[in-house]
Amino acid sequence: MSKTLYDKIWDDHLVHTQDDGTSLLYVDRHLVHEVTSPQAFEGLRNSNRKVRQPNLTLAVADHNVPTSDRSKGISDKESKLQVETLEKNCEEFGIKLFGMNDKRQGIVHIIGPEQGFTQPGSIIVCGDSHTATHGAFGSLAFGIGTSEVEHVLATQTLVQKKSKNFRIKVDGKLSIGVTSKDVILQIIGKIGTAGGTGYVIEYAGSLISSLSVEQRMTICNMTIEGGARAGLIEPDEKIFNYLNGRPMSPKKENWDKALDYWSKLKSDDDANFDKEVTLDGKDIMPMVTWGTSPQDVISIDGRIPNPENEADEDRKNSIERSLKYMGLKPGTAIKDVKIDKVFIGSCTNGRIEDLRDAAKIVKNKKVAQHVYAMVVPGSGLVKQQAEQEGLDKVFKDSGFDWREPGCSMCLAMNADKLKPEERCASTSNRNFEGRQGRGGRTHLVSPGMAAAAAISGSLDDVRKFQN
Amino acid sequence: MQKFKTIKSIPAYLPIVNIDTDMIIPKQFLKTIKRTGLGKNLFYEMRYNEKGTPIDDFILNASPFNDSKILIAGKNFGCGSSREHAPWALLDFGITCVISSSYADIFYNNCFKNGILPIVLPEAKIKELSEYSKRKEEIIVNLEKQKITFGNNEIDFEIDQFKKKCLIEGLDDIALSLEKNPKITEFEKKLSSNRPWIFND
Repeated sequence: MSKTLYDKIWDDHLVHTQDDGTSLLYVDRHLVHEVTSPQAFEGLRNSNRKVRQPNLTLAVADHNVPTSDRSKGISDKESKLQVETLEKNCEEFGIKLFGMNDKRQGIVHIIGPEQGFTQPGSIIVCGDSHTATHGAFGSLAFGIGTSEVEHVLATQTLVQKKSKNFRIKVDGKLSIGVTSKDVILQIIGKIGTAGGTGYVIEYAGSLISSLSVEQRMTICNMTIEGGARAGLIEPDEKIFNYLNGRPMSPKKENWDKALDYWSKLKSDDDANFDKEVTLDGKDIMPMVTWGTSPQDVISIDGRIPNPENEADEDRKNSIERSLKYMGLKPGTAIKDVKIDKVFIGSCTNGRIEDLRDAAKIVKNKKVAQHVYAMVVPGSGLVKQQAEQEGLDKVFKDSGFDWREPGCSMCLAMNADKLKPEERCASTSNRNFEGRQGRGGRTHLVSPGMAAAAAISGSLDDVRKFQN
Repeated sequence: MQKFKTIKSIPAYLPIVNIDTDMIIPKQFLKTIKRTGLGKNLFYEMRYNEKGTPIDDFILNASPFNDSKILIAGKNFGCGSSREHAPWALLDFGITCVISSSYADIFYNNCFKNGILPIVLPEAKIKELSEYSKRKEEIIVNLEKQKITFGNNEIDFEIDQFKKKCLIEGLDDIALSLEKNPKITEFEKKLSSNRPWIFND
């Protein structure tokens, strides 16, 4: 029978299936961070259980870490305790950890690929919903809760029921100034925030295969914002070249064996998908969110929608609530919306290509006077690379703050946050109420769009800044 | 895990769609290393003003809903972050049953790991129940019979039979999976010959 890529990965990881279809799946790679793991380790200790495969587990502190000078340690007591707890747990259970001062430290979904820990055809889990990022490598990667983190630590398996198959095909070419962030925002706008619930999404089509490895990660990363737990892309030469020689990539004869296996990872031509959506690259514009759900998205030429035009009562109420929270009026051109802050970073857009995109826009220009703008590289290695290329200087010269790596203002668990009613152009993934700080107002955009907003002082069209 | 027993409670209705886990428990409360104590911070930003004073007209602040064990909410409940702090906060507040027309996958699974029953009902039934909740009268949720009773009415609901069993018996699913240890070991043996790079590098 014909199979999708998801079906194949699923079948290759089946340890056991009950009569009702509930299955035990083997987990190849487990990423651990400080926020969703302390209770899991505590659970192991309480039941006298060990970590079954410490070598298949990699830990890093990212959510809580300060992005300012780290030599002083963490001043917030609770954050400090959580980071120290991770250190202690990793030592006790024999898990490899990138400490806060290790240059390999960074956002968990950036360091996995960077180290070659992320590999095609594998099942990768982490107590974080943006684990879908790793699907860009043709792996089945999804977020889990803390109880499941404990389950994976103890058994190296997970109990799962199979999802349905959903294919999103994007053909054509990206227009100038349009990025993979705009592609995924447009997709979420189209399918809705629950459109992928119960499915695993495979992204396909000529536009998807034309994307770089990092651009693909941005797409898979935000799969969860469309409700699907996992999104994946058939791996190709770009993926194999990216992984070749990374510290945790297969070596020597194992590399050849892996390459042989990875090259066969694709959906059969006649594989059945339960749901399909198609987009054309030429219809995709630079996008920006106006509301408090990632599905509340319009192109930069658009206007804020009017709830009165909505027939659906739930949707109407939801738009009204969003507009009230966001302090926006129906009919306003989104380009007329003034901003206070700019955040460039996160597991969605904190990689080197993202920083290059943004730097190109801000070069030889100044951040608008009323705007505070920050760049938070996704990892120590991204930061190092950017500094080698002189990007830090470009950003600093134009008035950006250049910071240490971490999750930072994507979720504002550390000191980086918005004040009530502050408005931010952000390259992160969620514009939920309070996400970047209580009362803070988030507009999700691509790195280039965030850079354009920093210069203009309002949400703006990145295409204006292209030479 | 606590065994799930039949619930009798006045349900609280929160008429918002896409309630995300950031709303259920904001990030400042994720710094804990415990599972307990989060109930007071449940729905924090809707429930308290900036000074930390309870907002009177938020449903869970007002009697009798401050004692509700059942929460009725709009579709796509629990979307966003995978934080299990969301079900921990609900449980710590006393809510052991959520009723909605749909849930985000990760939240839905997290509920079962904590003895919370997430019931899926069609929109029309949600409407019926939410109307009834205005009477401030108790309703009964019986998992064994898969039935909700309110006044003289009943609604049947569907649930995965394995998940139902785990809730009713309060099963520890790690222990269940560890019983499959020989199968896991056998899988690992095959894995080290079929995909040796998983272990070797």
